[in-house]
Amino acid sequence: MSLDTLIFVISVIVAVFSATMMIVQRNPIASVLYLIVSLVAQAVLYVQLGALFLGSILIIVYAGAILVLFLFIIMLLNLRGNEDLGEKSPLVSQATKFIVSILFVLELVFVVRSGYVAESIATGVADTGSTGFGSVEDVALLLFTRYLYPFELTSILLLAAIVGAVVMARRENRDIQQSMFVEQTPSETFKKGQG
Amino acid sequence: MWEIVIISSIKVLLVVVAILTGCAYATYMERKVLGHMQHRIGPLYAGPYGLLQPVADGLKLIFKEDIVPDNVERTTYALAPLLAFVPSLLTFAVVPFAADVDMFGYRITGVISDLNIGILWVFAVTSLGVYGLVLAGWSSGSKYSMLGAIRSSAQMISYEVAYGLSIIGVILIANTFSLREIVEQQASITDWFVFRQPLGFLLFITCAIAETNRAPFDLPEAESELVAGYHTEYSSMRFSTFFISEYANMIAVSSVATTLFFGGWQGPLLPPILWFCIKVFLFMFLYIWLRATFPRFRYDQLMAFGWKVLFPLALLNTIVTAGLVMLTDWL
Amino acid sequence: MEGTANSMSEYLSVLIFIFVGIGSVLFTFFLSRLIRPHNPYKEKSIPYECAELPIGDSWFKFNNRFYIFALMFVIFDVEVVFLFPWAVAFGELGLFALVEMIIFILILFFGLFYAWRKGALKWV
Repeated sequence: MSLDTLIFVISVIVAVFSATMMIVQRNPIASVLYLIVSLVAQAVLYVQLGALFLGSILIIVYAGAILVLFLFIIMLLNLRGNEDLGEKSPLVSQATKFIVSILFVLELVFVVRSGYVAESIATGVADTGSTGFGSVEDVALLLFTRYLYPFELTSILLLAAIVGAVVMARRENRDIQQSMFVEQTPSETFKKGQG
Repeated sequence: MWEIVIISSIKVLLVVVAILTGCAYATYMERKVLGHMQHRIGPLYAGPYGLLQPVADGLKLIFKEDIVPDNVERTTYALAPLLAFVPSLLTFAVVPFAADVDMFGYRITGVISDLNIGILWVFAVTSLGVYGLVLAGWSSGSKYSMLGAIRSSAQMISYEVAYGLSIIGVILIANTFSLREIVEQQASITDWFVFRQPLGFLLFITCAIAETNRAPFDLPEAESELVAGYHTEYSSMRFSTFFISEYANMIAVSSVATTLFFGGWQGPLLPPILWFCIKVFLFMFLYIWLRATFPRFRYDQLMAFGWKVLFPLALLNTIVTAGLVMLTDWL
Repeated sequence: MEGTANSMSEYLSVLIFIFVGIGSVLFTFFLSRLIRPHNPYKEKSIPYECAELPIGDSWFKFNNRFYIFALMFVIFDVEVVFLFPWAVAFGELGLFALVEMIIFILILFFGLFYAWRKGALKWV
């Protein structure tokens, strides 16, 4: 087994294992940690394919930014994995979930077996190394010429996200301020002090 | 194959030892320099001029009891020091510290790994650095730790955007992500990127100081209010891991600044590796000097400074640099 | 060629570096475990709160403002990530790319300005 294959096999195992652990965990913080491990392993796979930029982005944006946001939300909601999840969902809903996931797995198996994936790999989607596929410059040239409109639309999407965040922040703030005027209890002052 | 493994293993070991020694002596340097700046003497008794002080400190920390409070989240608590230390170390993987040399018939590069996505690597590793602090604070089960952690993470992410943006100017001029090529483009002192990117450099160093949580941006561990913040509940080797990772981060940032803006190992007469060390040393001195000079920011000022001053300035710098690059191409 | 995959040996060095880095920390932990004393008792293992008994839970809900900043960070981090490939390929892309990027940045800067005016960046 060459070193390349060895690294590939290890990263695949790590990626799948930690993705599974992420779902199984009760503690949300541990889930986030497993997700980071899984993302790093996936980044290794991207780098092996020669898609350096995608690999870097996976770390910078997903592991470095979005998961920090997740972590903040978990800490904000004060989730520690010991919460009462309430009543178990009704049997019908559980059964539906089960059936849908079985169907999804079958579909996945079917797609892989049909040879479509293998074919597309063979026809050069993942033909790497020599052509500079997935290199940063390659991505840039495509992004700023052929995929120009999607790129510019991304900025609109991000703008919408900013507006959403700001509106939410304002609403929450108004609530806090109102409650402060209504009753100025010590606990409220303490909350304000944390800011 | 095995030759490569052996060569890079030796290189890695040397670099790790150098970094750890550097961190230990950075603490000595900080105490000594701060002392003299405040008309004190600093460490004096362990060895000549107190030079053995870091060794004594290290030994002391190894011999200390590891106190783990009852209500910590054990796994995360144990993992956090590692998560803080490893990213701070990983930056060095791409920093070129010397020119290539031919030795024993092999060509030995002066860098652990010349990744051609070097800058992206630095940025990615920096963005992972926040986890160690957040998880340390969260898992400690202490209010000081929690407040310190949440403050430091908000500060780090706020300055990370401007940090990334301030490098863009250098990339625009250099047209590469490889740190080794960037160093090679700064052969003479007039080519140093600090002269072509003065605003970019100022933004970079400001954001870098905030990223490493040092004075005047050291709110997370404000001793007077937060009792060292995120590592209040840590002791013994776990505490020292956080301590070392802070200094490793400082050295890492200084190395990156040297590489990007001050010509890396390039310099006349002296051997390249010495030039590199001298420049990094000067940056470390700057860190300490700033600590001795500036009072701490207030938290709201800090966030406002990051978002309302540094970030727009970095954007402006990017656009102006791109325009200038365009113009020089035409002329 | 710029930006293509390095030879495997470069990544191998990184891998060795990671292992040595983690190993050096674990080694000192191990060393310290061998020689340090271990004597916990009740007073020692309560969290530090200025030598008082801790009041309330340490896992409190903090200000939602931190969450807003995290969200802003994600948005602008994505912007920076778009700027990286643009910067490295700028020599080949030319004027058109500059105009594109100015539009992109202006739209996002408008977002920042909006958040600024609405006071989302203000820390009360």
